[in-house]
Amino acid sequence: MIAEIGHFALVLALALALIQSIVPIVATRYRDTVVMGVAETTAVAQFGFVTIAFASLITCYVVSDFTVATVFENSHSAMPLIYKFTSVWGNHEGSMLLWVLILSLFGAFVAIFGANLPLTLKVNVLAVQSWIAATFYLFILITSNPFARIAEPPFEGRDLNPILQDLGLAIHPPLLYLGYVGFSITFSFAIAALIEGKIDAAWARWVRPWTLAAWMFLTLGIAMGSYWAYYTLGWGGWWFWDPVENASLMPWLAGTALLHSAVVMEKRNALKVWTILLAILTFSLSLIGTFLVRSGVLTSVHAFATDPLRGVFILVILIAFVGGGLALYAWRAPMLKQGGLFAPISREGALIFNNLFLTAACATVFVGTLYPLALETLTGAKISVGAPFFNATFGPLFVPLLIAVPFGPLMAWKRGDLPGVAQRLSGAFAVAAAAIVVTFAIAGGGSILVPFAIGLAFFVMVGAVTDLAERTSLFRAPVALSWIRARGLSRSAWGTAFAHFGLGVTLLGIVFETHWGAEQIAMVKPAQTLSLSGYDFTFRGLTQRDGPNYRELSANFVVRKDGALIGMMSPSKRSFATREMSTSEAALMTRGFSQLYLSLGDQKPDESVAIRIYYKPLVLLIWLGAVVMMFGGALSLSDRRLRIGAPRPARSKTALQPAE
Amino acid sequence: MHRLFLFIWLMGVGATPVLAVQPDEVLPNQQLETRARNLSRELRCMVCQNQSIDDSDASLARDLRVLVRERLNAGDTDQQVLDYLTARYGDFVLLKPRFDLQTALLWLLPAAFVATGVLVLIGIARRQPNSGNAEAKLTPAEQARLDDLVGSKNRYEENET
Repeated sequence: MIAEIGHFALVLALALALIQSIVPIVATRYRDTVVMGVAETTAVAQFGFVTIAFASLITCYVVSDFTVATVFENSHSAMPLIYKFTSVWGNHEGSMLLWVLILSLFGAFVAIFGANLPLTLKVNVLAVQSWIAATFYLFILITSNPFARIAEPPFEGRDLNPILQDLGLAIHPPLLYLGYVGFSITFSFAIAALIEGKIDAAWARWVRPWTLAAWMFLTLGIAMGSYWAYYTLGWGGWWFWDPVENASLMPWLAGTALLHSAVVMEKRNALKVWTILLAILTFSLSLIGTFLVRSGVLTSVHAFATDPLRGVFILVILIAFVGGGLALYAWRAPMLKQGGLFAPISREGALIFNNLFLTAACATVFVGTLYPLALETLTGAKISVGAPFFNATFGPLFVPLLIAVPFGPLMAWKRGDLPGVAQRLSGAFAVAAAAIVVTFAIAGGGSILVPFAIGLAFFVMVGAVTDLAERTSLFRAPVALSWIRARGLSRSAWGTAFAHFGLGVTLLGIVFETHWGAEQIAMVKPAQTLSLSGYDFTFRGLTQRDGPNYRELSANFVVRKDGALIGMMSPSKRSFATREMSTSEAALMTRGFSQLYLSLGDQKPDESVAIRIYYKPLVLLIWLGAVVMMFGGALSLSDRRLRIGAPRPARSKTALQPAE
Repeated sequence: MHRLFLFIWLMGVGATPVLAVQPDEVLPNQQLETRARNLSRELRCMVCQNQSIDDSDASLARDLRVLVRERLNAGDTDQQVLDYLTARYGDFVLLKPRFDLQTALLWLLPAAFVATGVLVLIGIARRQPNSGNAEAKLTPAEQARLDDLVGSKNRYEENET
């Protein structure tokens, strides 16, 4: 019964979405404000019904109702409650339901919190949002119904894929979807603006909080996914340039570019046409990401859905929205008036530089991900494009970008003073130079790239601090005055500094982990000791225990540093009976920002085991940097001008739209 | 229905993570081993989904790792090892595709993208109709007024001293 309620609620949501797709657009033609208001009601109601559908599905999982096909395939009565809960979206059908839940949530947010939006813009945004929602409800109902029943229900479920039985599944997909789907709002705003033929700085200000929120979730979602892969896949890597990872990185790169170009548009009324294009592209990349993952076109570690009907359906959605969006753009964008003149050396110029390199990086990832597929389709030749390619191309594109980061915020609008900014960055240059020299001295020669990368990381971090110091006249004015200035500084200025600082932190972590990480692979017998990077690991034998739905074999190690005991580490292997699978659970020990990482291999009859030991210096900085970036986004989001409301929109319109 | 479950089950098994490089594969010669590891990261495990043979625990990956080490022991250079494997398994085995006619677009795209972007930006900057506005010359009347103001300020300062 509960499954049927969920199914029915989803059908009702589709019906509401269809109403919301058409009625507001027609009503704006006739300027009927009462009928236009329908969109707000339907948006909230849609969210209500999708919530009912989602809650029904959760109930089916929690009570282990194996008459529902997806529950049978992805759950087990002995699974801990948290995994019963998370396995709702640990499969294709459920994760699509989560996708539309978040989509309708954002729609409801626009309806509820969009009080300061002009009514026409608001209902048009809701209408466009509903086009997306309607197609995805249809997709779920036609190809991926999560509520389908089994005629002869079995006694027990097939269990969730053991790799997914992890807290990471509770965190990573919802965050990632909040980011992916959050960009749908930006897309809807862009399309609505193109339909209205009206776009101005006020538009940019309305769009910015949504972009920021989506960007924050995506940043954290990607970082959490990376950490999850790091501790769960057992070989200590944190980024694999897997197509599915690339699918989430592309919207992030485009979204980051959008975030920066929207600033120019908001402050200087320039880059309008470009910002609209980026808004369309960012969500298009999210859709492409969904397509790549959901259609199984690029089968990779993550893919757990393969069904041609689904693939074709998503491809049609993709072509309709990306193609339609870009066609509308090509038709209407030339009518938008450009504004805001500026010299090449200026804040605007710096932000264009940022956009150029971010989109170039995005294009590189895009082509690298799809090239093998395209080449095979066109010529039949099979090639691989993997991590070494991306490292060789993505890196050089990011270096100029990182060098430019500290310059941007210090540059004046309209016309900047490059030598002046360089002079104000002299502190950052000095620290970076010192870091390079020290690294070079300690590393004792070797590649010049490593000291340079360390110097770059420090340059970015100190540059961010310099920005704040300059704005508060730190060291130049009395401390009390600096304090007053710091308090008066807008939160978005703080946000910029934090986000840029976080970028430097991540870079530092990446360089340290990549170049000074140590690894040892060996067979150990009980009581034998292995040493790595000053740590001694003594093997104390194996222990076995039973978990709720698995058996676990742990290898126990005593860890010492300079003879002093610092703890125990027990990497283990779990075997899950239902799926006859086993997973390897790495043991991690955090030392400051560094980690020790143990991963267990096969055991021999004589009680010796294969073990892989890693020392990962400053590895936590990689994800901590992302958290700092996200915190910067949150500060910026809480900026007064975004909370209080937007300025009056400009009155100018294109010739197409008669004045109201 | 059963076939579907079998398929899902098989898919799951393929992704089971265990150790990749096994202790018995490791070469005693530290230098050769480092080279072997670096080469392993550039080679694809062909039965896996986007994994290098260094990361993969598939038996084919193991065979390839052993093969790489054999070639290195036989005195091959890194390039010779890559050539040997490409001759046997095709370009598919290389995670970093060679630069040739097929992959020219792939390799040149990043630079081409930036170059095109720069050219377009220069074009837009040139085309901007009133870009002169930012640096427009003052009219004679404005210049006179400015001179007057600046002059009077200078006179003021002179009086001060």
